[in-house]
Amino acid sequence: MVNYDLQLNRTFAALVDPTRRAILARLERGDAPSVSELARPFSIKLPAVMKHLDVLGDAGLITRSKMGRTVTVRLSPQPMRAALDWLRRYERFWSGSLDRLAVYAERKEAEARKQRR
Amino acid sequence: MTSLTLVRRFAARPSIVFDALTTPQGISVWWGPDAGPVLLAETDVRIGGRFRVRFRALDGIEHETSGEYLEVVKPDRLAMSWRWADGEDPGESLVEIDLRAFAGGTEMTLIHSRLHDEDTRRSHEEGWSGSLDRLQHHFLSNLERGERR
Repeated sequence: MVNYDLQLNRTFAALVDPTRRAILARLERGDAPSVSELARPFSIKLPAVMKHLDVLGDAGLITRSKMGRTVTVRLSPQPMRAALDWLRRYERFWSGSLDRLAVYAERKEAEARKQRR
Repeated sequence: MTSLTLVRRFAARPSIVFDALTTPQGISVWWGPDAGPVLLAETDVRIGGRFRVRFRALDGIEHETSGEYLEVVKPDRLAMSWRWADGEDPGESLVEIDLRAFAGGTEMTLIHSRLHDEDTRRSHEEGWSGSLDRLQHHFLSNLERGERR
């Protein structure tokens, strides 16, 4: 449970950065690009990209594998799924709750107006 | 840090919405993800006061939520910490609700955010806000596509 929580925090922290989100979006194509292919569209230097990949790797969002001299990067969807589960859970809770709260509060409002007359 | 933001409009004045949000009578009508019953609702609506709500979802499983009121500004704003007794989502989160009079009714903005340790605080400082919502849809569609493959 504690590990799960820590993992979720890492996932969210990793997702804060727009470059890291752009890297993840690129990886969604699913073709396992090399690090230099991945770095090409960004205006930052390769070492900076490597640092972002470290953060994403620590958060479990990507996996890297070495083939000869080339490191390829793949998306690892599990932590993202946990983060989305968190959001879904509260979205479901509050959507349902606020639907019923609306009915209740609007009935109370109608009662208050009737009393004033 | 990530957060869920919901904006809703009600045909009721802010003070009535505020009471619906904070009185046991109101809470026992609406609290929970589905139409399952609220079994217990206790509130002590002042800064440092606590709430506790137990409900049974339609699948028969009981859940208990509790927390502390952190800001109470009737009828404009309510902030409270949030915790599940069963530990299914461990740790504490934060619920902030703002009510604004709007066209004879109320516009509510509700933000439910994860809250704790160093990582989340840092992310907050870096100005994370709501982008995950967009990302969510992006990834959802892809994950679902991936599952079908």
